[in-house]
Amino acid sequence: MATVINPAGAYTAAFRRLAARVAATQPDWVTRRRQRAIDTFERLGFPTTRDEEWRFTNVTPIAETEFVPAGDALAAGNPPAVESFRLPMATAELVFVNGRYASALSKVGSLPPGARVESLASALTSHASELEQHLAHVAEFERQAFVALNTALWTDGVFVSVPAGTVLQSPVHIMFVSTGIRQQKSDTAGGCAAITHPRVLVLAGRDSQFSIVESYLGASDGRYFTNAVTEIVLGDQALVEHYKLQAERDISYHMATIRAVAASNATFRSHSIGFGGALVRNDVVATLSGEGAECTLNGLDFADGTRLVDNHTMIDHAKPHCSSRELYKVILADRARAVFNGKIVVRPDAQKTDAKQTNKALLLSEDAQINTKPQLEIFANDVKCTHGAAVGQMDEDALFYLRARGLALRDAREFLIHAFAGEVLNKMPLEALRDRADAELLRQLTRSGAGR
Amino acid sequence: MLTIRDLHVRGGGHEILRGIDLSIDAGEVHAIMGPNGSGKSTLARVLAGHPEYEVTAGDVRYQGEDLLAMDPETRARAGVFMAFQYPVEIPGVNNAYFLKAALNAVRKHRGQDELDAMEFMSLVRDRMKLLDIDQALLNRPVNEGFSGGEKKRNEIFQMAVLEPTLAILDETDSGLDIDALKIVAQGVNEMRSPERALLLVTHYQRLLNYIVPDVVHVLTEGRIVRSGGKELALELEEKGYVGLEEAPAARA
Ligand SMILES: Nc1ncnc2c1ncn2[C@@H]1O[C@H](COP(=O)(O)OP(=O)(O)OP(=O)(O)O)[C@@H](O)[C@H]1O
Ligand SMILES: [Mg+2]
Repeated sequence: MATVINPAGAYTAAFRRLAARVAATQPDWVTRRRQRAIDTFERLGFPTTRDEEWRFTNVTPIAETEFVPAGDALAAGNPPAVESFRLPMATAELVFVNGRYASALSKVGSLPPGARVESLASALTSHASELEQHLAHVAEFERQAFVALNTALWTDGVFVSVPAGTVLQSPVHIMFVSTGIRQQKSDTAGGCAAITHPRVLVLAGRDSQFSIVESYLGASDGRYFTNAVTEIVLGDQALVEHYKLQAERDISYHMATIRAVAASNATFRSHSIGFGGALVRNDVVATLSGEGAECTLNGLDFADGTRLVDNHTMIDHAKPHCSSRELYKVILADRARAVFNGKIVVRPDAQKTDAKQTNKALLLSEDAQINTKPQLEIFANDVKCTHGAAVGQMDEDALFYLRARGLALRDAREFLIHAFAGEVLNKMPLEALRDRADAELLRQLTRSGAGR
Repeated sequence: MLTIRDLHVRGGGHEILRGIDLSIDAGEVHAIMGPNGSGKSTLARVLAGHPEYEVTAGDVRYQGEDLLAMDPETRARAGVFMAFQYPVEIPGVNNAYFLKAALNAVRKHRGQDELDAMEFMSLVRDRMKLLDIDQALLNRPVNEGFSGGEKKRNEIFQMAVLEPTLAILDETDSGLDIDALKIVAQGVNEMRSPERALLLVTHYQRLLNYIVPDVVHVLTEGRIVRSGGKELALELEEKGYVGLEEAPAARA
């Protein structure tokens, strides 16, 4: 059972330093929201496994580590990982190294009139009123300690705003790269690591359409903690395809919340692909706040060793005639663990809701483990809600069939793992990212020997 | 080419094969007939290397080598092919992609160049025509949602592409309509050559009208109880298997 090791002290100190530094430049409303967030965090502390939402995910390693802001502790540099993860076709590509905007590594091509893609820190001065309306208003933090921490301590991130009726033909790519702090042999448990609080705000005007890709990368063997929050606001009939590719280092921590609100007939699609991290938690929360809104939440994770990946999703059907589709899959090797909690709320007037949730786990070892829990809270009567969960091992008959035609055992296993993953990856319209995710999965399998 | 001596096999705690002796030479076609549950598929699967069975006694030589010591993929590359009685559906694995990987694994073993997607397609085109396989079937996941007949034709199509030396066909005729049976039989006959051997498992004399065997064996309760020429199949069709248990096993 986790006990809270007075974390607030260090974070409060970090907050004071940050507040002193930005006091003169940031608008008052930001100061107030930060203050409210740090107060909330101090009140909440880190969650423990007594908290139902964190029952299977013990964050003690995070609570016990002393984190220093990455931007203060580490140089920016140009990690090689950046080049290999670029998306050449991107409309705009913004790169952050250790939490700092790296303008020299970034490019913003020509955008349609009125569209903006820029660093959040700079948008704070250039688009203060748009930001004031939404920033830290979409992602709740009253009971979410990590969101509160990000809201209090974020230093930069991205602001994307696409005006009404505008379509971006190619995606906006955001890369958060961490190098972390190398551990000395003499370091005792806990040790010291770097922290970043990436923050993204996306405003999709009425009838707009575009894709956003967030890539999270670890670029050296250092230790770090990424604590990210993304807020997405979709106007009527807007369509946002959101991709997240998480390829953090295996010794890193990754806590992230994606919070979306979709107005009438808007479509929000989230593709969350995760390969790295010692301790990973993703909260994807979507509110269908207008009639006819749709959302798709897809997820694929791979974990090996003693890593833990926890996906909590929540779809709030607040209005009638909305539909949601959810497919989360995880591949676990060695003694890795996964948690899936899929909550679907159907509010009293959300009649004609159509919701479908599926969760599947492929266990490559006897010692791998998943805790999966669908959570349907339905308050309307004329609705269609289904959910299903399946946990299985590699299909021995399929393996034999492939081998009986000449495929090596290793290749046969890889075929089947890819087939399992493909059900999620093939739902991603962005082919370049699909290929990248596929290649990354292969690299992971080879590295861990889990394909064998 | 294939010599099976006193083969005993256990599966799921039971002795299923109880001393099989069988010898097939290059160029020959042998048929195995026998009641349900007599061990025909077990024999086929053991020859292909299914890990679920335990060989408790006996010995199998394939081209002079110890077949049972090889893993399934090594047998396949060495030219052993088993058409499954129940081909496995594999969602998410593309049929063409899989077959290309299989063919390249086999070619590599034979010291031939690997084929790219274009070369593969031009090589398989006439085999597709021969077995009436259309492009759509090739682009679907392996066996997923295939009709019974499509699955069987796909097995023989794979065989035609992989060009094995020893082909074991486990009830490939079951579930085929008369036209499909002719197509499959034609596909198999195209493969007949002095270098190849065929082992057909079937319940029906009908198949043997199209693919005429040199030897017919009767397998009952894990043993070959009779062997004879193609006329044995006609006799079985007429009289059934009743009473065969007592008949002395004859070697062809
Ligand atoms: N893996 C296994 N575990 C347990 N029992 C098995 C296994 N495989 C086969 N058997 C049993 O062995 C016997 C022979 O099965 P097999 O499939 O070889 O029969 P068959 O001759 O092919 O029958 P059919 O004509 O119905 O296809 C059956 O009783 C079957 O239930
Ligand atoms: Mg059988």
